Amino acid sequence: MFDHLDPVLLARIQFAFTVSFHFIFPSFSIGLASYLAVLEGLWLWTGKQLYFDLFKYWLKIFAVVFGMGVVSGIVMSYQFGTNWSVFSDKAGAVIGPLMAYEVLTAFFLEAGFLGVMLFGLNRVGKNLHFAATVMVAVGTFISAFWILSANSWMQTPTGHEIAANGQFVPGPSWWAIVFNPSFPYRLTHTVIAAYLTTSLVVGGVGAWHLLRGHKDPRTRKMFSMAMWMAAIVAPIQIFVGDQHGLNTLEHQPVKVMAMEGHYDSHPNGAPLILFGIPNSAEKRVDYKIEIPKLSSLILKHDLNAPLAGLDTVADDRKPPIGIVFWSFRIMVGLGMLMLLLGLWSLLARWRGRLYDWPLLHRFAIAMGPAGFVAVIAGWVTTEVGRQPWTVYGLLRTVDSASPLAASAVATSLIAFVIVYFIVFGLGVLYLLRLMASPPASGESDLDHDPSRAAGLTPAPAVASKSFR
Amino acid sequence: MSASLIDLPMIWAAIIAFAVFAYVVMDGFDLGIGILFPVFAVGEERDQAMNSIAPVWDGNETWLVLGGGGLFAAFPLAFAIIMPAVYPLVIAMLLGLVFRGVAFEFRFRDPSHRPYWDAAFTIGSVVAAFAQGMILGALLQGIAVENRAYGGGWLDWLSPFSLLTGVSTVIGYALLGATWLIWKTEGRAQEHARRLAWTSFIGTLIAILAVSLATPFLAFGYYQRWFTFPNVLLTAQVPLLTAILAAMFWLAMRRQHESWPFFLALALFLMCFAGLGVSMYPYVVPDKVTIWDAAAPHRSQSFMLVGIVIILPLILAYTSWAYWVFRGKAGTEGYH
Repeated sequence: MFDHLDPVLLARIQFAFTVSFHFIFPSFSIGLASYLAVLEGLWLWTGKQLYFDLFKYWLKIFAVVFGMGVVSGIVMSYQFGTNWSVFSDKAGAVIGPLMAYEVLTAFFLEAGFLGVMLFGLNRVGKNLHFAATVMVAVGTFISAFWILSANSWMQTPTGHEIAANGQFVPGPSWWAIVFNPSFPYRLTHTVIAAYLTTSLVVGGVGAWHLLRGHKDPRTRKMFSMAMWMAAIVAPIQIFVGDQHGLNTLEHQPVKVMAMEGHYDSHPNGAPLILFGIPNSAEKRVDYKIEIPKLSSLILKHDLNAPLAGLDTVADDRKPPIGIVFWSFRIMVGLGMLMLLLGLWSLLARWRGRLYDWPLLHRFAIAMGPAGFVAVIAGWVTTEVGRQPWTVYGLLRTVDSASPLAASAVATSLIAFVIVYFIVFGLGVLYLLRLMASPPASGESDLDHDPSRAAGLTPAPAVASKSFR
Repeated sequence: MSASLIDLPMIWAAIIAFAVFAYVVMDGFDLGIGILFPVFAVGEERDQAMNSIAPVWDGNETWLVLGGGGLFAAFPLAFAIIMPAVYPLVIAMLLGLVFRGVAFEFRFRDPSHRPYWDAAFTIGSVVAAFAQGMILGALLQGIAVENRAYGGGWLDWLSPFSLLTGVSTVIGYALLGATWLIWKTEGRAQEHARRLAWTSFIGTLIAILAVSLATPFLAFGYYQRWFTFPNVLLTAQVPLLTAILAAMFWLAMRRQHESWPFFLALALFLMCFAGLGVSMYPYVVPDKVTIWDAAAPHRSQSFMLVGIVIILPLILAYTSWAYWVFRGKAGTEGYH
């Protein structure tokens, strides 16, 4: 029934679909784990109940997010074998060990301490519990480290050798593989994106409750912390993103040509195309609004620097231009709006109106999900921009896929789409429900059985009184 | 590679076998609880069962990622051949794990739809267990290989033998789940778990017998490995020990021990695993690809071995600590 379809395209769609869904959860849980560690640390340091309430409020949300991240992540680890078996055979000796290190140093750490973080406060005491929360937060970061190293190696492969049978094998130094040229930039950009995404969600939730008149200290604290984060991190992210772009120009210039929409070479300074509609058939951007020479200024720090265009690249070495062009603009546009939100919050703070400026709150709510959109758009930019390669310049995507019939890939793709929309759709609904109720004084524990007694030992009843 | 003093592929085969075994026994009991879930009474009994695994299931499942990821990293060729060969089974297993994984939180988040999430928990667990058993069966019965890749059709895995191993795994996991609950619950729930443990124990013995009888006759000289002299002196120990362990299990159950049945059930699984080793070694894809054929280069395996040697003991230490924190009987309310 699906045999007229291209199995490689189906496999790409499947990977894009499953990884995009997956990426949403860690981009939230990386930031949220750190936020929880900060909240618990502040609670232990200051002894203020307010921080503990906020901790428990966001812990419930974290439990749902993390669960979805785990199950969607297990899928990813097997996608390489099921749909990209030739890639696994050829590149497994290089990127397999990076992923193995992710499992060893991150997944076990997160999973091992998550149970204690979620359910163990009354059993291990405050300090050990805080240690568990910190371990989970550290684990999420280590996980990002390894998986982005593997991803970056696929973008800017270094440190490997190619064996007689066509396999990529490690060279003498793993350092050169792990710290490949694009890795430091990608890691910084992605981890900051996770923090920014989390601060926007927290800020959006805080704004929602402020707007609805729940101006209690918890809501204010939540909103204020999130806006500080956005104000500080958004400009840093724009700078880091620019640096990442320069790194890409150095190692993957064709990707930058696609991002910029430069079909033609510009010997005397390239314009920055703000908007337009890429027309790959005619090899031009229609209806474009551009600022002369600005692209050369940004990319080369010189108004008149020459920039090569896609006309210098063979057709079978180009990524799909339209997708990369648009996803890049979505990411950058949202980044600018995040900067605006951060600046606006500073103005509001300065004027003493942070908690009673409804328009600011409405804007913060609208920006609540913006981080997720920006993260996915950025991911699409870099991954589609890598095409037509899996290992950039060395292994083509069409030569990487499993020897599967289109019907097998199509069937599993449909199954993933149905299951993910049902499961994660409901998961998001549950998250929104949790977020819709304001944080309360003496915020309930993770289990919400109202008949909940003191627990297994009498200690927690005593302990929870002493927290007040 | 042969120039090195230590046989890295051997070590890695042992590490991955350890990871897979750790997965089977750890996720085995929590999948088993999912399999048995429909027969537990709604309310207290279900909540106790869920409470007993909620803090640890995520860690248990991580061993699956280590087993799969380890195979990818240490034996990429094997990963590249086996995964497409059992493609629909892997997808089914993953989707099953998605459903049961989210059910832990979702059933508490949405009490009005709790019956649905309980059903998702069970169906997901059964599908995952059944698919895992069938993957094992499909591997044992052989995989077509052409040119460093899978060379068969996309339904080759389906056979009476793989169906048998699938059903056997579901029953075996149920035994692990039931004996875990004997240990972790009390009162009525514990009595129920005892009855379920008896039933699944009988089922597991029949399943072990059936798979053991069928395997030597599959192909690939499994028969010779098991029954020729002098191999048989060694291989005969496996069924012998299995029989002794089964008798001990029976005694422990009769004497109403609380933790022994669980550990004896684990020992039974270990025997099955040893039997599997006898049948497969040194192949990773029977009769086609040995562990040395499939091995990643020395540099890859030694790089990871450093990590394993340093980090695995730490993982075992903090995982044990996490189990220790949640020791004792699971309540209906202590933690969810």
